[in-house]
Amino acid sequence: MKLRKFQLYKPQIGRSLVGNTINFITLLFFAAIMVLPMAFSISNAFKPLDELFIFPPRFFVRNPTLENFANLSSLFIDSIVPFSRYISNTFFLTIVGTIGSILIASAAGYVLEKQEFTGKKVLFKLVVTALMFTSAVTSIPNYLIMSKLGWVDNYASILVPAFGSAFNVFLMKQFMVNVPQSILEAARVDGAGEQRIFWRIVMPMVKPAWLTLIIFSIQALWGTTGGSFIYSEQLKTLPYALSQIMSAGIVRTGASAATALLMMLVPITVFILTQSNILETMMSSGVKE
Amino acid sequence: MIMQSAEKVKTHHSSLNKNRRWFAYCYLAPFLCIFLVFTILPVAISIVLSFTNYNVFEIPKFIFMQNYLNLFLNDDEFIMAVKNTFIIAIFTGPIGYFASLLFAWFINELTPKIRAIMVLLFYAPSISGGAYMIWQLMFSSDAYGYVNSVLMYLNIINEPIQWLTNTKYMLPLVIMVMLWMSLGSGFLAFVAGLQGIDKTYYEVGYIEGIKNRWQELWYVTLPNMKPQLMFGAVMSITASFGVGDVTMALCGFPSTDYAAHTIINHLHDYGTIRFEMGYASAIATILFIIMVGTNELVQKALSNVGK
Repeated sequence: MKLRKFQLYKPQIGRSLVGNTINFITLLFFAAIMVLPMAFSISNAFKPLDELFIFPPRFFVRNPTLENFANLSSLFIDSIVPFSRYISNTFFLTIVGTIGSILIASAAGYVLEKQEFTGKKVLFKLVVTALMFTSAVTSIPNYLIMSKLGWVDNYASILVPAFGSAFNVFLMKQFMVNVPQSILEAARVDGAGEQRIFWRIVMPMVKPAWLTLIIFSIQALWGTTGGSFIYSEQLKTLPYALSQIMSAGIVRTGASAATALLMMLVPITVFILTQSNILETMMSSGVKE
Repeated sequence: MIMQSAEKVKTHHSSLNKNRRWFAYCYLAPFLCIFLVFTILPVAISIVLSFTNYNVFEIPKFIFMQNYLNLFLNDDEFIMAVKNTFIIAIFTGPIGYFASLLFAWFINELTPKIRAIMVLLFYAPSISGGAYMIWQLMFSSDAYGYVNSVLMYLNIINEPIQWLTNTKYMLPLVIMVMLWMSLGSGFLAFVAGLQGIDKTYYEVGYIEGIKNRWQELWYVTLPNMKPQLMFGAVMSITASFGVGDVTMALCGFPSTDYAAHTIINHLHDYGTIRFEMGYASAIATILFIIMVGTNELVQKALSNVGK
């Protein structure tokens, strides 16, 4: 077995050893600051009650225990729904929302990039403008529209706007610039219909882009509390449960750390699995002048 | 004979075009409908409602500019909110943006495996959803809050400081937490953009006389990253003006003396608590103009990078 040489920095012109060392130390310092609160939260999740409140607080856990996680189900024992309901609700929202969002955004991105129709430029300018404000700006009219549609207290109020995310369409459209027109023309000459071209040729080519959309969608949907639209307890999501636990005060520090850990787990895992694809997509994500 | 086959080709082409047009409309339609109903329409409704007095139960009454006049002349909390939002945005926006750029640039130098780990470490705060609530625990106002207990252990202070309810400390803390969360999609765009620059540009630069990495950054790297710089700017500005959840979670709603009241908090106050939809729509319209206006200005400024 050949041992590979472990290198931190590739030798390059204009880079001195001193410069690289300072670079790395700075990075380590800030990476520690970034990760500290989360590492702290993770270690909190495994602490038994007496260690949580030691004064001064200790960073690493001496006697790790899983009782905080076990307590979660008993915490909600007298509520209308079991704790696992929150988890399954969040899974449902995330999975359905992500799949729908990717399909609709890919279709729209493809048409915006590769097809001609009147108003194409205007529509894309509108999509870019939609990136420039947050949903809080339109939250009030959105509520009015939802109530007129009868979607209050219904998952459609979260899923349908997620399907129409301008950010997703923007990323897909930018990535599809990399699909060469010549391949599409060749397919048309060979007699392939538009639908077949889309599903058999274009979609596999833009795989990094929909992997990126997957991670961003999962991030957004996993962390949604349902906000002003969801009222019945059966439909509530995991972040809502987390905020309830945290607002119960300092008594529930262990349980809130356990829930926070559960919440962090899914997006981070998906990110690790898809990271290289994400970077490939973001390469084409720029806004041209 | 030739005429006949030419006609056949022409009809074949026009049926092809019809096919393509159908496809385009059908595949664009789902997004277009949702976009119109849930993004464009709300902005339009917001603008229209801002000229009315509307409390959901009665029909809106037109009062023209009264909402806007009230906002700017009579509403101290709104002025406070604008001031707070701008303070937070001015610190979080540019600093977060340049920090993303700087860290992406530093990280770009590492070998791929270490780079992947570093990207994960830096992106972790943004990805973990509600993780900023951990800061609430750390800056808790009693002696068990971690910052308080460390300071007391080191004998710097004798009594716990009320971090999140003290008007002096609230804004700096919010700015700090926002900065912690600011390495988001813009950061990823920068990391990706840096990797996508053709190596030959660097070589040409060094032949032309660039001496160290900082010159390389300004003359070679940044001009080649302009589209990503613009994307990062849009994301950064939108996020920094849209601060609202973080202040609510950390400092309470309302915060003491409204010292951490942002425009979005004010919007929620009038919209979801007092049900004055017309007034809240005016606030929303103003925020919309601020966000889009700033974004357009920054886009124009960024198109001049490296010149």
